[in-house]
Amino acid sequence: MTQNFPALALILLFPAIGVLFNLFYGRRAGRGAVNFAGPAVIVLAFAVAVSAFIALLRMPAGAALTCPLWPWIAAGPFHVDLGLRFDALSAVMTLVVTGVGALIHIYSAGYMAEDADYARYFTYMNLFALSMLVLVLADNLLQMFIGWEGVGLCSYLLIAFWFDNPQFAYNGRKAFIVNRVGDLGFLLGILTIVAALASHNVWTLNFAAMQRHAPMLQPVATLAALLLFFGATGKSAQIPLYVWLPDAMVGPTPVSALIHAATMVTAGVYMIARLNFLYLMSPQAMEVVATVGVVTAFFAATVAIVQSDIKRVLAYSTISQIGYMMLGVGVGAFSAGIFHLMTHAFFKGLLFLCSGSVIHALHGEQDMNKMGGLKRKLPITYATMLTATLAISAIPPFAGFFSKDQILDAAFGSGHGWLWLLGVITAGLTSFYMFRLIFLTFHGESRVAPDREHHLHESPPVMTMPLIALAILSVIGGWVGLPKGLAWGDAFGRFLAPIVNHPLPGVLAPPALQVESGSISILLGGISLTAALLGIVVAWLLYRRNPGLVDRIAASLAALYQLLWRKYYIDEIYDLLISRPLFWVAAVPLNRGVDRGIIDAMVDATGLTVEEGGVAVGKAETGNVQQYAFIYLLGALAIVAYYVYRVMR
Amino acid sequence: MGGFWLTGLIFVPTLGAFGVLLQGDDDSVWRSAFIYSLIPLAMSLYLFALFDPARASYQFVERHAWIPQFGISYHLGIDGISLFLVILTTLLTTLSILYSGGGDIEVRPREFCFMMLILETGLLGALLAVDLFLFYVFWEVMLVPMYLLIGIWGHGRKIYATFKFVLFTMLGSLLMLVAILYLAGAARAQLGHLTFDLPDLYRVSLPPTVARWLFAAFALAFAIKVPMWPVHTWLPDAHTEAPTAGSVILAGIMLKMGAYGFVRFAIPLFPEVAIQAAPLFLALAVIGIVYGALVAMVQPNLKRLIAYSSVSHLGFVMLGVFAFDPQGLQGALYQMLNHGVSTGALFLLVGMIYLRRHTFEITEFGGLWNSVPMYAAVFMVVMLSSIGLPGLNGFVGEFLILLGAFLHSERVAWVAVSGLVLGALYMMWAYERVMWGPITKSINATLKDLTAREIAVIAPLIALILLMGLYPRPLLDRMEPSVNLLLNRVAAAQVRLDRPQLRTVAALNPRAESGRLQ
Repeated sequence: MTQNFPALALILLFPAIGVLFNLFYGRRAGRGAVNFAGPAVIVLAFAVAVSAFIALLRMPAGAALTCPLWPWIAAGPFHVDLGLRFDALSAVMTLVVTGVGALIHIYSAGYMAEDADYARYFTYMNLFALSMLVLVLADNLLQMFIGWEGVGLCSYLLIAFWFDNPQFAYNGRKAFIVNRVGDLGFLLGILTIVAALASHNVWTLNFAAMQRHAPMLQPVATLAALLLFFGATGKSAQIPLYVWLPDAMVGPTPVSALIHAATMVTAGVYMIARLNFLYLMSPQAMEVVATVGVVTAFFAATVAIVQSDIKRVLAYSTISQIGYMMLGVGVGAFSAGIFHLMTHAFFKGLLFLCSGSVIHALHGEQDMNKMGGLKRKLPITYATMLTATLAISAIPPFAGFFSKDQILDAAFGSGHGWLWLLGVITAGLTSFYMFRLIFLTFHGESRVAPDREHHLHESPPVMTMPLIALAILSVIGGWVGLPKGLAWGDAFGRFLAPIVNHPLPGVLAPPALQVESGSISILLGGISLTAALLGIVVAWLLYRRNPGLVDRIAASLAALYQLLWRKYYIDEIYDLLISRPLFWVAAVPLNRGVDRGIIDAMVDATGLTVEEGGVAVGKAETGNVQQYAFIYLLGALAIVAYYVYRVMR
Repeated sequence: MGGFWLTGLIFVPTLGAFGVLLQGDDDSVWRSAFIYSLIPLAMSLYLFALFDPARASYQFVERHAWIPQFGISYHLGIDGISLFLVILTTLLTTLSILYSGGGDIEVRPREFCFMMLILETGLLGALLAVDLFLFYVFWEVMLVPMYLLIGIWGHGRKIYATFKFVLFTMLGSLLMLVAILYLAGAARAQLGHLTFDLPDLYRVSLPPTVARWLFAAFALAFAIKVPMWPVHTWLPDAHTEAPTAGSVILAGIMLKMGAYGFVRFAIPLFPEVAIQAAPLFLALAVIGIVYGALVAMVQPNLKRLIAYSSVSHLGFVMLGVFAFDPQGLQGALYQMLNHGVSTGALFLLVGMIYLRRHTFEITEFGGLWNSVPMYAAVFMVVMLSSIGLPGLNGFVGEFLILLGAFLHSERVAWVAVSGLVLGALYMMWAYERVMWGPITKSINATLKDLTAREIAVIAPLIALILLMGLYPRPLLDRMEPSVNLLLNRVAAAQVRLDRPQLRTVAALNPRAESGRLQ
């Protein structure tokens, strides 16, 4: 059942107004107006989203609100019309994007208080929110691609926000290019789907229509699903295209929180959940998604345990946590993946904002070796960051526990025990590196440079209020999806169920949905909780109890430590195998060889072109050109005249 | 229908060109040239308003005998294929003249404006001619002012560039003329009278070998103009040394004449040969896409970079043309407009910075966003259009082309998509080196941002980039009937090729429809 709900357009319109205002009037209107307008448009979008959500709750399960916009592309029978769709899945995403987005926009007003380019900043941020909302509200795949590349653009612009630094500019471009590589997969996936449907004379990319015609997609399901997933590995920073995300941390920290933790990077998970009917047709593709997810989760966690830059730890942590989400959707637990996406938006957004608060207090210092003992100076930041750390470590009753528990349960239920095992080990690593971060930053003796020490201060309320709000969500956010049999149970899963679970006739229901006994579930939860607690204990032993031990371990495992510290040398390998050969081919064989060496040499050898007459430019030369041209023209006309004569005779 | 709309459109610029010669001082030269260019712009927009979107055939047709003893007629018409190229021509001419008056052209402005307006006549005539001989006349008319524009108002190695341009183009167009004449001769043999009229020539059936040679002659002329790899090397030189306005018209419209020639003449005149040659042209198109992008990446000179990017973008256009399906062909027509808008804007922007710094070398810049933020922001939008960001105009064309190519041959599309990454790579790398980073040369710190005139020049193009990206339907819908008419011809030829024994049947029923080629 669908119902027309024109107000949906307002969810896009408000951020669009914000973009135009900040772009054209931001500087003239001044900092106060921009600091108000930038967040306000997102708050308004959130308010509309909430009202749409209430309207949706009043409708029967599985319903959707829609808002057609205008016809877009058409050629022959192929056509795509723009429109919005607000169902349970996009409702969750819209609320997260506008809700968490609004908090981060508010925080930004404080964080960017000393930056002269506040108008440009909020232009980009509003444009990001607009693009992200286009992505999640799209009712068809091609429109989703507008948002998909649009958020990539904003990411590029915001990573390179302080473009005076050439490294930052480079990192921005790197993010865009790597994402574009993934987008080729996305685009080819779209083309594969269009072609498959077209062979049955069905021309649509509308999600609802695609789902109706899903059996036609069966022959290409694996190919299309994998191509689209390749796009997701770019946007959602999974192996092999995750390399841009750690470098993306050079952007302003609220950007890292909003784009590179809470929203954009989870777009790939959302896309898979949105196209669940396609993925369910291909168990092979699902297996690839789950495997890439859990391997990425483990791999990124191992890198995170040795990094010393606070944001870099969080970046690898984000890669790792999205790996969990991919694991979830890969084993068919779509609602669990989206559930973790939501709780992750709360606690990882919070972790980044807290790190921003720390960096703000330390005037730009990001190296945890130069922190320590900050908990008394930054009490609110400490308390909220600890909350988020408990949430990401999956300690009950914090939010991450419930969502991660659901994913690991489903992984176990999929029949691939090793997926579950790697997930549990990663859970241990997660709590280890997170508590390492907490201990290094907030506990122990201060290692802060003396000149920064006496400036230390807690952030202003405009920054701490969003921290507190997100901390509350990091605690209670998981309670909407309690284990079965406990109070209201998995309300979140029930809300999403009509949208994401559509086992088709002839295709097995995802294994994760098979009923498990409650006692196994409790046992599994106990094991992963033990792993998490173990991680905390080890972190405490190494970084609080016996601080010298870490260096000794690192020294005795020097090779392994180097491997992790240098992030498995993946960037270097990509550079050697891809970037350098590409440039060499372009510069030497093509440009110098074929273009100038062969083709131009042949042209010049005809002798009809004149040699370069130096750079002197004068009337005499101009006259020469005309003279030559005239002679040439005469000759040409003579030939033509001859043929005219021949034919007309 | 009829009247004198199209004749007026073509020759108002000519009148204007002579009107400009009568002007006194430089200021009135520029002012009058601008006004004379506004008239055809207004007329072409009015044509757009009057254009019947449902009709596939020529509209506003004018037909008069011209040299009846040779069967040459003055036959003009406009359809969904040429309509938007005409508007693009009038728009870019106006913007180029407006821009050039702002200091870009300082010597001989009168002659410059004269050439620009004559050039406009040639371009519009070639787009509107339905008679092949008439087409050829205009085709040559547009060549002369262009090489004078490069030779007189160009920079650096302009002599070399001019000759290369003339050499390549003449080589192609002479062969084409021979083919045109031969075709007219063949028409006399079959129809009983000499004719250069396109609809008449469509009915001439030629022995396959002859058709192949004639197609080759047309195709070479047009391929050079496009330019397709490997006959593209005149383009970087011509662009680099041309004055800004010359580059804008050259890239914006003249290159389109090549693709337009394929769509209007080479393919419908010899559809069987075109079908047989399609694999070759698809291969050359894809090579052009990848090759142009790679070579663009390593250019140290902004104008050369944009020139090579044209090779890549026009590769996409040709890919769409030879996919022979509605998506590919409409995408190709749309991409021709996109390229005119975005590359025209790029050349204007590069010209603006040349005015301030007198160099195109990328290493001479760096950190420009700090000194000229508005310029940098506008450049960003144009760049995003050029790399096909969804929501802007470039994506609509590129997506339709890729879709058309994919439906035609998946392998070709798989290679062609790589152009999207490479395109982003060279544009963004250049952008980064020019606009971002610290200011390394002190002279760049004091540059002036866009002037009012420059904003007036670039704003319409920015508006088109957004409008054509978000609401392409008014354009696509008007192209569709004419595109389908052409594709029906191709499909009928395909039927004849597939089943030679049915040749006569197919000939009796040329509208035999088949959605796309298998």
